[in-house]
Amino acid sequence: MKRTTPLQRILKLVFTILVLLFIYAPVAWLLISSISTRADLLAKPLRWIPPNLTFQNYRDILLPGTAVSEVAATFKRTLLNSFIVAGSTTLICLSVGSLAAYALARLQLPFRRFYLVGILATRMIPEVSLVIPLYIIAARAGMINNPITLIITYLSFALPFAIWMLAAFFETVPRELEDAATIDGTTRLGTLFRVILPVAAPGLVSTAIFTFLLAWDEFFFALIFTSTIEAKTVPVAIAEFTGRYAVDITAMMTGGVLAALPPLLLALLFQRYIVSGLVAGAVKG
Amino acid sequence: MTLRQREVLASLGFVLPSILIIAAVSVFPIVATFVLSFTETKIAELVPRDFVGLSNYAGYLSNATFWDTIGRTSYFTFVSVGVELLLGLAIAVLIQSHPPGWRFLRLSLIIPWAVPTIVNGALWRWIYNADYGALNALLVQSGLVERYIPWLTRPFLSLNLVILADIWHSVPFVALILQAALATIPDELEEAAAVDGATAWQRFLHVRLPLLRAAILVVLVIRTVEAFRVFDIVYVITQGGPAFGTVTISYLTYLETFSYGNLGKGSSLSFLISIFTLIMALFYFRIFYRSEPRS
Repeated sequence: MKRTTPLQRILKLVFTILVLLFIYAPVAWLLISSISTRADLLAKPLRWIPPNLTFQNYRDILLPGTAVSEVAATFKRTLLNSFIVAGSTTLICLSVGSLAAYALARLQLPFRRFYLVGILATRMIPEVSLVIPLYIIAARAGMINNPITLIITYLSFALPFAIWMLAAFFETVPRELEDAATIDGTTRLGTLFRVILPVAAPGLVSTAIFTFLLAWDEFFFALIFTSTIEAKTVPVAIAEFTGRYAVDITAMMTGGVLAALPPLLLALLFQRYIVSGLVAGAVKG
Repeated sequence: MTLRQREVLASLGFVLPSILIIAAVSVFPIVATFVLSFTETKIAELVPRDFVGLSNYAGYLSNATFWDTIGRTSYFTFVSVGVELLLGLAIAVLIQSHPPGWRFLRLSLIIPWAVPTIVNGALWRWIYNADYGALNALLVQSGLVERYIPWLTRPFLSLNLVILADIWHSVPFVALILQAALATIPDELEEAAAVDGATAWQRFLHVRLPLLRAAILVVLVIRTVEAFRVFDIVYVITQGGPAFGTVTISYLTYLETFSYGNLGKGSSLSFLISIFTLIMALFYFRIFYRSEPRS
């Protein structure tokens, strides 16, 4: 099988290098822009490695009292908001989702097929199809600019996703383990907590990461439901850099790096869970 | 109560919290959107009023902007998903052939996938910048063009540049899923075909591609639904401009609802999007259900 000609090997090498360039060139430019001074970035001709590298942009955003623009000054708070919203969404999805996924994967659930179609359909429904009634309710209840509104509305896409993925993982738990527990007289809930969850722990981690990333990435609901510092999330803050502060490019790129850091670290640290999670989320275990 | 009845009851109890939540945040809003789409509700009042029958829908169906937007969204979907599928498949096959550094390549794919969509958009907007952007600097310094090009001032070009940013973000997803599917195909199948004298291309076309069918269909459906509703990246890179050149159906809904304040008309648009999504969801369900061993 491994009879490759030199030409094939060269073509493969060229293709590999092109793909790596396509991936890393924009990322490198993001990083370089974030540690450059504005003057260097606006210089012509552009120097790819700017003469003055600095961490001042990070200091401006992360340390108190030094910020240049209002958005930069409040960026830290939006990071915190994002953590609160994404973290809470993940916790709710894991607890409610585990119960539902267990029934789906193991119990005699009536109308199972109907429930599955419902999960899939709601998982795929775009936010724009839900936002108008949700906006009317939130506005009339005075819930605009409240992180709780984001957590509740994020469940619309995160919960069906989590149930789908958890069910795929739970189905891989050997039934014999469960049968042993049932014979011992353990209740259904006991089986879930003492057998299924420990054995499917990698699946839980995987689902937690994906749910967190989904919520961290979310922009549309955040744009509609938040505009003040109390609830604004990171994506909204970054979008604002492009609007009102059109020239604040270093702050935008620095904010971009900070916003990308948590999902990147999670994804790279838990690399082996990502591919299995992608498959479970898309193709069912 | 029999054991079976008790289990049925238990299972209903287990799914109840999720059903209540999904009913409140998904099912109810969809139904409400449907009802609102027959009214003339304004954002300033927030009270559904003035039943106008089908006139919101009729207004759009006879509106050139609407059809242009559908065309633009279809173009976006077709081109981005098409390129993502071909490029993703090529990368998946490349990784599966285990060239030097394939592990690093697979790890690298996670990076564009994990970068938040808004950061991705902001980054490409900066790359495309007319006066200081990296794309212009690169092209001029390498002598490919003579002077800086104002990329985002031309409608059709802008649409394609937004597609490029979307491709950067989404190719990894396609490549990783297809590579995982490729990895499950036993080498023996292809070796047998090779013994029978099949060329590499024939082996790919007749052995591996048919076995990838389910994975490709799933990827196609997921990406089509996502691309058809594209909003975030358009909002950051072009804000729908120039001259409506990058306004997609979700963006038009956003403008109609939150810029012009017509909640009724916006609802009719968003309901049309959900119809499309539901059809795709049912299609997806059929693919998956056929391959599921037990029901």
